[in-house]
Amino acid sequence: MNTMKINLIVNGQSRSVEAPPGKTLLYLLRDDLDLLGTKDGCREGECGACTVLLDGEPVNACLVLAGQVDGREVVTIEGLSQNGHLHPLQRHFVEAGAVQCGFCTPGLIMSSAALLEQNPQPTEEQIRHALVGNLCRCTGYTKVFEAVQHAAEEVDRD
Amino acid sequence: MRTLTPFSILAPTTLQDSFQHIEEHGWNAALYAGGTELLLTMRSGLASFPYLIDIKKIPQFDEISFNKDEGMLTIGAGATHRSIETSPLVLEQLPLLAEVESMVANIRVRTVGTIGGNLCFADPHSDPATLFMAWAGTTFELVSSAGVRQIAPDEFFVDLFTTARAENELMSKIHLPILGKRMGGAYKKFVTLERPTANVAAFLGLANGKIDSARIAVGSVGPIPVRAIDAEGTLLGGFPDEKLFERAAETAAEATDPVDDVYGSKEYKKQIVRVLTRRALKQAATRADRSQ
Ligand SMILES: Cc1cc2nc3c(=O)[nH]c(=O)nc-3n(C[C@@H](O)[C@@H](O)[C@H](O)COP(=O)(O)OP(=O)(O)OC[C@H]3O[C@@H](n4cnc5c(N)ncnc54)[C@H](O)[C@@H]3O)c2cc1C
Ligand code: FES
Ligand code: FES
Repeated sequence: MNTMKINLIVNGQSRSVEAPPGKTLLYLLRDDLDLLGTKDGCREGECGACTVLLDGEPVNACLVLAGQVDGREVVTIEGLSQNGHLHPLQRHFVEAGAVQCGFCTPGLIMSSAALLEQNPQPTEEQIRHALVGNLCRCTGYTKVFEAVQHAAEEVDRD
Repeated sequence: MRTLTPFSILAPTTLQDSFQHIEEHGWNAALYAGGTELLLTMRSGLASFPYLIDIKKIPQFDEISFNKDEGMLTIGAGATHRSIETSPLVLEQLPLLAEVESMVANIRVRTVGTIGGNLCFADPHSDPATLFMAWAGTTFELVSSAGVRQIAPDEFFVDLFTTARAENELMSKIHLPILGKRMGGAYKKFVTLERPTANVAAFLGLANGKIDSARIAVGSVGPIPVRAIDAEGTLLGGFPDEKLFERAAETAAEATDPVDDVYGSKEYKKQIVRVLTRRALKQAATRADRSQ
């Protein structure tokens, strides 16, 4: 099978991988780079569990081909904590009880991280809009919106 | 399936090179923009291609520009929904387009999916297709090695997933006239799944307190978006009031012939179309009234 060499920066580190052009970023991360935080929920762009940041923008890793990320920068859920400290979004998700089974959580947090990067003080309406398509079957979303709001307040204070 | 059926990706950096690839590989190659539709089709086994022609590296393919003299906004077919939604030029000249683009799918699909990919795929559940069908003076630009042609939306959309684009043509641009004075447009959609269940775009022009132009398009309930011509007729010359809008909405809903499917029953969709049309007309009239 023909493969191509892909050089990318993942969570701040340069990585180089050989992969067939038909592999998705989702499985480049999970199989080749051992980053299992990014989840496979549907492979159809419908659930948001595979959300990562590509050059700072949120994308569904299941809908991006590996070849498209050559020379670009990817941040996954594993890249949010710093020096062993959870990102405020991660901490507030835990504290607010916004995590139940946890399958949707990496995706929700990455979408929220993208939002706070562009809009540090979102309204609840803006939080809801940013999380459209990040499906959660457990929490009912209320705690999720709360967690993002709390994280925004903390990030904004810093 | 973690990996799609093997293929090679060609990445032309000029329009000429892309024509060459298209001509060399014909239906063995698919144009690849954001891939948010194409990859799903390939993954489900509905189509497979030995070659994908990645058209995102063609210069100016995603450019958005405004010609003041002609009052025309031009959107490169490779522009993503997200870049259109956030473009200062679009927000200033055609805020309705930015509004509609912000309602497409979700932010992750909008970041990757392009306007050209949306239109060329001709999914019946498209937001921009319905908007452009109602937008008077809209043209799509198709290019091939043989030249350039402009085509209006009602000629472009032929059937479910079928357009008038020839095999060797690429959509390069979308031209949209800015709205004149005393003109207003509005767009309403109803969603329960990812894609719209029904959507309606309406444009009204006012003169001396009466409606002197009306365009309505209804989408997602049939194979392609359609103009509600009879409903438009009921509006012309009338006063823009709720009663008239209700009558036009009724006419628009009656003219649709939805199918029962996972999005809802025939009756349900007709009812949604009626409500969306009334709301779109009301907002279009308010906007027309405010635009001096
Ligand atoms: C979860 C999900 C939700 C969605 N929700 C919505 C929604 O609410 N509303 C909506 O309107 N859409 C929705 N979509 C559809 C979305 O995929 C499109 O809006 C998107 O813009 C398609 O563009 P693309 O660049 O990804 O197309 P691609 O997948 O790259 O291409 C689609 C098709 O068009 C052809 N093509 C692409 N560009 C060109 C060109 N310039 N010239 C000629 N042919 C071309 C390709 O060969 C292919 O056949 C949704 C999609 C997903 C996955
Ligand atoms: S796995 Fe990508 S959106 Fe569901
Ligand atoms: S916590 Fe279980 S799906 Fe969200």
